[in-house]
Amino acid sequence: MAGVIVFAEQHGGEIHPVSFELLSKGREVADRLGVELYSVLLGYNVKNIASELIYYGADRVYVFDNPLLEVFDPVRYKHIIASLAIRKKPELILFGATPLGRSLAPRVAVALNTGLTADCIDIRVDEEGDIVQVRPAFTGNIIAYIKTRTRPVIATVRYRVMKPPRRDLERRGEIIVEEAEVLEDTGIKVLKKVRDKEVRLADSEIIVACGRGLRRPEDIRMIEELARLLGGEVGASRPLVDEGWISRDHQIGFSGNVVKPRLYIACGISGSPQHLAGMRDSEVIVAINIDPSAPIFRVSDYGVIGDLYEVIPKLIEKLRSMGRG
Amino acid sequence: MGLHVIVPVKYVPDIEKVRFDVKSGRIDRSSAPGEINPFDLNALEAAVRIKEKLGGTVTAISMGPPQAESALRDALARGVDRAILLTDKRFAGADTLATSYTLACAIRKLGSFDLIICGEKTVDGDTGQVGPEIAEHLGIPHIAYVSEIREVSNDRILVVSDLGDGYYLVEMKLPGLIAVTKDINVPRLPTLRDKLRARKAIIEVWSADELVDVADVSRFGYVGSPTIVHRVFFPSERGRKAIIFRGVDAVDKLVEVLIEEGLLG
Ligand SMILES: Cc1cc2nc3c(=O)[nH]c(=O)nc-3n(C[C@H](O)[C@H](O)[C@H](O)COP(=O)(O)OP(=O)(O)OC[C@H]3O[C@@H](n4cnc5c(N)ncnc54)[C@H](O)[C@@H]3O)c2cc1C
Ligand SMILES: Nc1ncnc2c1ncn2[C@@H]1O[C@H](COP(=O)(O)O)[C@@H](O)[C@H]1O
Repeated sequence: MAGVIVFAEQHGGEIHPVSFELLSKGREVADRLGVELYSVLLGYNVKNIASELIYYGADRVYVFDNPLLEVFDPVRYKHIIASLAIRKKPELILFGATPLGRSLAPRVAVALNTGLTADCIDIRVDEEGDIVQVRPAFTGNIIAYIKTRTRPVIATVRYRVMKPPRRDLERRGEIIVEEAEVLEDTGIKVLKKVRDKEVRLADSEIIVACGRGLRRPEDIRMIEELARLLGGEVGASRPLVDEGWISRDHQIGFSGNVVKPRLYIACGISGSPQHLAGMRDSEVIVAINIDPSAPIFRVSDYGVIGDLYEVIPKLIEKLRSMGRG
Repeated sequence: MGLHVIVPVKYVPDIEKVRFDVKSGRIDRSSAPGEINPFDLNALEAAVRIKEKLGGTVTAISMGPPQAESALRDALARGVDRAILLTDKRFAGADTLATSYTLACAIRKLGSFDLIICGEKTVDGDTGQVGPEIAEHLGIPHIAYVSEIREVSNDRILVVSDLGDGYYLVEMKLPGLIAVTKDINVPRLPTLRDKLRARKAIIEVWSADELVDVADVSRFGYVGSPTIVHRVFFPSERGRKAIIFRGVDAVDKLVEVLIEEGLLG
């Protein structure tokens, strides 16, 4: 039996939206290959959310519901997914390129002795009927097309690069609650959550980001005020995070968050390749920079050449005068 | 007493200087000078701090071309006790499955260990897969995206890890593997004396032959790599409007276009 399997990532009983995007892509690939689309859901008390995966395109959902699966354990999760894959022999397994997916997928790939492609932005089926994985490489300077000569093909796919499908309450499918062997002692014990993320920039529609053009940590307040007036969040380039001016949850770029807001305003950011790697797919990019030759202007829709210490207060004043905030 | 910590480090090209041959799809690494993967410096620092606290030894291991020796010298200058270079034509062209397999075999060959510390990812491979894959080959647990080590003892480690919806306190029995983010520490700079010492240190060089008793040679390198780069190309930078405002009315004009774009709705 062949098929495409989408791993449904859930946290506290809530399905991560990347899973719906994967179902959309998985549906497309499954239809091209003429196979079924499955989803696999692991957790505790998650049976009631399985139908969502059907509404978003799955033909069949395999649910593993067990108190031991409530929080993520890469070894325990791997054991279940690899066993399912051995039974179902899928052509393709997709995971979100989230911290969880990127920790789990490699273990599954090794357990199945197959290839894994990280951080894909597209999955296609070419004229020969081969599955092609598309991923940026070298901080997005090049795009690579990758094929896998073993089965299943496994890939992690970035959040928000694919359109989520329409939720179709009319769709019917099969929900199969599986009784599986759940490993007791894996050597890993998740004790407790210590902290939430300060902000989830991957979900933000408007981001005002600041860089080394800022002179003092206090000046981030000005950026916060602008973000507030626009209904957005604050982002930062890496140096501000390394200096401890702002938490790492705000960092954008190669070693931070990859974001895709409707509006990205870069204030005092030069536009290094590592920074661009995290924001170049934003809908509209605005740059405020004193240096007309700053590379950020080359990827911007709108640029203001000027001192951010003059431009931003003016912008804040203007927005206030328009009755915002 | 003390722990045996192993740190896999990769020798990577300075990515800003790499050239690409679009026609052949080849990446010309020889055009760029190499260095130790920046993220692996955090892994080395974490390992050395554990040694300073509990005693023991740190072994750095790298699979790469002969020049990767320089990454291992850097590791030695930063406090590593032993350095092993896996270099052989038969290792070349490895994807993450073959790389992790080769590293896991070498680690097995080394005998006993307590903890493996990997970097979050490499600047050239950029997958973050090799760490968890090594753990699966060795049948040991792993924790990825570790931003803090709270406690280490001879048989367990307590860390803070990003599981996506927040940061969690996670305990792992040893032997195990962690992959650390850049936020875990600020790597020290080696002193001149450390560098001189490292220059004279011995680096053990292993070829595929050294691994035959613990490995299946057909799983090394290009032959053992299921993923193949089929084609590479430069993405056309999405056409941006590149409209520049300057002067006294720049802000007014910016607000105007933002309204037009429907972004101030
Ligand atoms: C392995 C690796 C990973 C990395 N990951 C990331 C990452 O994830 N994210 C990231 O951002 N960086 C990352 N970097 C760092 C990156 O290479 C750059 O150093 C960094 O992005 C530069 O930040 P910046 O633009 O804020 O600072 P700079 O490059 O110093 O730019 C500051 C800009 O501010 C402008 N400016 C100064 N004063 C004013 C003023 N008064 N008004 C207006 N403009 C002003 C200047 O003209 C300049 O263009 C990484 C580097 C490495 C090696
Ligand atoms: N060729 C290699 N030699 C030694 N360690 C490696 C090698 N490739 C990857 N690693 C380790 O695995 C981590 C993740 O690498 P990657 O999966 O390539 O992003 C790195 O930070 C290193 O610790």
